[in-house]
Amino acid sequence: MNGEIAPTKAITLEELRNTPGFPSEKRLSLGRVAVIECPEEIPCNPCEFACPKEAIKIGQPITNLPQLIEERCDGCGICIPSCPGLAIFVVDLTYSKTQALVEFPHEFLPLPKDGQEVDATDRHGKVLTKGEVVKVRNPKGYNSTPVISLAVPRRYANEVRGILGGVRIG
Amino acid sequence: MRIKSHPILGDIPKRKLVKIEVDGRTIEAFEGEPIAAALLAAGIKVFRRTVKRREPRGLFCTIGQCTDCMMTVNGMPNVRTCITPVEEGMEISTQIGRGERS
Amino acid sequence: MDAEVAVVGAGPAGLSASIEAARLGAKIVLIDENGKPGGQLFKQIHKFFGSMEHLAGLRGYDIGNKLWQRAMELKINVMLNTTVFGIFGDKTLGLLTTMGSEILRAQRIILATGGSENTIAFPGWTLPGVMGAGAAQTLINVHRVLPGKRILMVGSGNVGLIVSYQLLQAGAEVVALVEAAPKIGGYRVHAAKIQRAGVPIMVSHTVKRAHGRDYVEAATIVRVDDDLKMIPGTEKTFDVDTICLAVGLTPLSELAWMSGCKFIFVPTLGGHVPIHNEDLETTVEGIYVAGDIAGIEEASIAMEEGRLAGIAAAESLGYAREEATKLKKEIKERVQQLRRGPFGEDRYLAKQRIMKVAPR
Repeated sequence: MNGEIAPTKAITLEELRNTPGFPSEKRLSLGRVAVIECPEEIPCNPCEFACPKEAIKIGQPITNLPQLIEERCDGCGICIPSCPGLAIFVVDLTYSKTQALVEFPHEFLPLPKDGQEVDATDRHGKVLTKGEVVKVRNPKGYNSTPVISLAVPRRYANEVRGILGGVRIG
Repeated sequence: MRIKSHPILGDIPKRKLVKIEVDGRTIEAFEGEPIAAALLAAGIKVFRRTVKRREPRGLFCTIGQCTDCMMTVNGMPNVRTCITPVEEGMEISTQIGRGERS
Repeated sequence: MDAEVAVVGAGPAGLSASIEAARLGAKIVLIDENGKPGGQLFKQIHKFFGSMEHLAGLRGYDIGNKLWQRAMELKINVMLNTTVFGIFGDKTLGLLTTMGSEILRAQRIILATGGSENTIAFPGWTLPGVMGAGAAQTLINVHRVLPGKRILMVGSGNVGLIVSYQLLQAGAEVVALVEAAPKIGGYRVHAAKIQRAGVPIMVSHTVKRAHGRDYVEAATIVRVDDDLKMIPGTEKTFDVDTICLAVGLTPLSELAWMSGCKFIFVPTLGGHVPIHNEDLETTVEGIYVAGDIAGIEEASIAMEEGRLAGIAAAESLGYAREEATKLKKEIKERVQQLRRGPFGEDRYLAKQRIMKVAPR
């Protein structure tokens, strides 16, 4: 169609790598670690208080970007449901020889089951690959923000950020 | 359409079902919910017709401010359906103009 | 009836104001025209941004419940289903209750009436199915009814982004979100949530018309240039049954006008705003404003402003004179923090401008 333009791009990996919440290549290669995709100075700090290892620093003023202190982070993922922006993920590049584990919040129904094969999607909701649901965690303390652990081919570890199934009429 | 299950809010709370009549048609509604919610759940979108051109109007603000959703309820015109709770046996009709008998 | 402090509006600002003033000893009457307190808090099902010291991370309705519980503990006199239809000389309020009308004489008044949703006009905008984004949010999260199955959202501020996300959670499909400006208005983390769910966000686009005979059946969107003029030939039509408008809010300020408060026009804060000083007192001595009526911002700031106005009103009545200075200072520091950064800066400067012209 004449004059058609593409929808606005989601934040890119390059932009994210330049923020203090994104772990280094080296840290990522060592296993489970939080990936904070929070690129703007917004007044918000629950993640700082959620981390029992003090691996996320915001301080004063609370508009500071969250900084990941990567040597302190053990990738426990407790920060994932604490983030009102749902902008924190956990990536484990050492999950298996060929697969990485990606953990993300998923506030939609229906929740997948452990072991289920699902379509893994990127930051635009586009299906990239199949993934296997390793675990769905939804304890009371998460306050209705379930966290899904998904095994995907390792090359997609920095791209997969969700699964298909947001839309459910009725 | 009702939202029966919700990822944050859980299952829809159990409430008493009652019957109301809309333009002669009987529909089920939850007692105490706004009339407008019951109508939308039953797929009814046109609530009134304007004074001069009889154009359709429906729900707009949902919080009792805009008066777009006014209907005739139990013979009384100009009732804001978005903030008026459903009662058993209510008779509701599409309001024509200011609510005068046409 | 008499009150030391009459608070109009039981949303986040009004509840916070009542709680602080009551806690310091003032006799409060809190009035709201709705059948339930909380203002728009109970339709906010997302976790709130803000400082962890002040309820951030909790979902809006949990914050509403906490405030309401506190108000009950303090035995605040709350009048629901009661409309303040006027404020007359010497702080006399005219109330319309379910029983009839009543007069309330107050020594101080805190107006926390909130804001109302803006609309934009386009061919077809009066069709059933075109509604405020906040209206859709009330329907899905409070009344548990979907306004439609396929939605076009207009406006990419935080309201448009958050309500789009909540429509997805409720089971609807958001076909597209259009934004007339060349960039997304709200937080990118909110945008990212709906982008991840596959919702296309079209900047430099607006809605051109709604189609349908008796209700919305389709919508045409169009690209706009830098001057927001529609570019012919760039139209695109989608089948949708609902068009949600998230195009800002305006302070609900009728009672302040009626009280003789002086106003200032500040587009950043949603239009005409009652002039107020640091303690949120207007140009009419003893009348305070808090929350969206004092300039459209968000709920965290509304709560802080409410607390501040409540403390200031109580202080002016002679309560907690030593404590008040310290409390007010802490709140002002927190509010200043919330107004930092690229999203808060303009509002901070706008507020500064208002306070410069306000009486001391």
